Amino acid sequence: MRAAGQILIVLVVLAAVGAPWLAPNPPERSFPDALYAPPTRVRLLDQGLHAPFIYRQRLVSRLERRFEEDRSRPVPLRWFTGGRLATVDEAQGGPLLVLGADAFGRDILSRLLYGTRASLALALVATLGALLLGALVGGIAGYTGGLADEALSRLSDFILVLPAIYVALALRAVMPLVLPARTVFLLLTAIFVLLGWPIVARGVRAIVASERQRDYAVAGQALGAGPVRLLARHLLPAASSYLAVQATLLLPAFILAEATLSYVGLGFPSAVPTWGTMLQDAANVSLVSEAPWMLAPAAAIFVLVLAVNLTVQGTGRAPVQLLERSNRW
Amino acid sequence: MVRFLFRRLLFALFLVVAVSSSALLLTRLAPGDVTTQLGPFASAAEVARTRERYDLDRAPASQWALWLARASRFDFGDSFLYNRPVRDLIGRAAANTAALAVVALAAATLIGIPLGMFTGSRRGAAAALVRGVSLLALSVPPLLTSLLLVFIASRTRWFPAGGMTSVDALDLSWAAWLADVARHLPLPALALALPIAATFERLQAQSMSEALHQPFLLAAVARGVAPRDLIVRHAWRVSLRPICAVYGLAIGALLSGSFVVEYVTAWPGLGRLMFEALRARDIYLVAGCAAMGGLFLALGSLVGDLLLAAADPRAREAQTG
Repeated sequence: MRAAGQILIVLVVLAAVGAPWLAPNPPERSFPDALYAPPTRVRLLDQGLHAPFIYRQRLVSRLERRFEEDRSRPVPLRWFTGGRLATVDEAQGGPLLVLGADAFGRDILSRLLYGTRASLALALVATLGALLLGALVGGIAGYTGGLADEALSRLSDFILVLPAIYVALALRAVMPLVLPARTVFLLLTAIFVLLGWPIVARGVRAIVASERQRDYAVAGQALGAGPVRLLARHLLPAASSYLAVQATLLLPAFILAEATLSYVGLGFPSAVPTWGTMLQDAANVSLVSEAPWMLAPAAAIFVLVLAVNLTVQGTGRAPVQLLERSNRW
Repeated sequence: MVRFLFRRLLFALFLVVAVSSSALLLTRLAPGDVTTQLGPFASAAEVARTRERYDLDRAPASQWALWLARASRFDFGDSFLYNRPVRDLIGRAAANTAALAVVALAAATLIGIPLGMFTGSRRGAAAALVRGVSLLALSVPPLLTSLLLVFIASRTRWFPAGGMTSVDALDLSWAAWLADVARHLPLPALALALPIAATFERLQAQSMSEALHQPFLLAAVARGVAPRDLIVRHAWRVSLRPICAVYGLAIGALLSGSFVVEYVTAWPGLGRLMFEALRARDIYLVAGCAAMGGLFLALGSLVGDLLLAAADPRAREAQTG
């Protein structure tokens, strides 16, 4: 189970890293004759076994969004041309749309691959930020004790009471609605870090406060280690397995938060492919029931969340931790 | 006990005031205000009148003080979007959200606990299947579940794909109206309940199999207690404690999940109302929704703590002592 989860995570990361190479088409390119085109089937059989090929999809009726495969001539896939893994020669056959096309005739697979990049990058940066800030605050609170500890603990307790998704929504909604993608990235990162650190800090504080009393820490202090060295070299490493668990909880939470915010129109601009903006494209119920391939980003989110959940399985408290996460996000 | 309840009441009051005040000030200090809703062709006089009506001509601090004074008399101001008192709007939306949450929690309990008792006390293919399904369900957050259910509903027409009532609901008698709502309710409730039901199933299965290995159960077997009684009367009662302990968390999860479910399935609840209000900078509606949300939060954590105290004497000591 754990191994399956880890393999899935590696695959998702590979998809994100290799997006420009794996994507058959540029993510922003729209094919005017392929609005809501169904997935192009990659075939191997045509009166005998062939190298992978497709049939060209011809638009039959624009109004009814009806497409037909041109069975007269198979179009072979081109491998390793133009810096891409697999494409087709567009002079011979239409675009290669493995997961179909969206309302603008853009390739959903390519957008999904680039979207994995954006969503994963945001979630990773925010997770790292929340872990760093949480470890810092928790370390200081646990080490110094006293008034600073009291104030920091109260602050993190207050933030922990709030349902994070509502706070994220409110913080994002009071900003101007239309912002460039880069600004949105920074803004969402800041919001996620702000809401993510307290849970890390609370655990780190408890660990540091108890480790401080242990012999090795007292010995380190007696040997003249300053607070910075003692914290960074001796006390915080004791919290590293706790931090790893928190990372596995925060990462899916941030992926979901981005998806939610973008879905309701408060995330990235809709032209930028992320899992959330692609879900927003799929928000029109009547269209999606005819073009179910628009739900591909939902499948991607499911795979990533499942992968992360599988890797935390085996620890007995996993369901409670998952509930703690969904409690806030 | 009285002291405990009094402390929780104070905490609830603090939470409501803090959450709604920060929502009010956040909306006030944000760029843009409600007058942008008037459109680009609104006259200067109209803009000024609207600003005055929503006290936007005052300084933020004085507006806050005025609002707080009014809110203490349960007057939460007017909504711009609906042109009605905020109190009526948040009351109705909160009732809708509460109905959704209660049904979802009941569904999660009724699905999750029996299944957990089953998987915790049996082996074999059926138990493994339930376990696998619930592991999958743990990974499907309400955002995806509700999208999927809406998709299925619009494909199959088995149940309505969104909303709380049909279009002609206003003409219906109250019994027909209730039946109409009951037809719309399963979809959002299921979307909310599924991950929580899966959590309950996993926890119940774990603590059930732990309870079955306790010495007192062996003693019960030795006394000749029937297998069914063994599970239901002896093991289950002991195994309930961890479930009660996470009820508070489950209530919080319902509240967080309800926003996206309400949004996707067009359920006219508190989360949806707050979202509309935030986007329009409808300042008093934002503050009112936040106050109601704070009340829900405080109530949820109170119920959770009471259940925990009922299930675990040690927690009772820690809270009331």
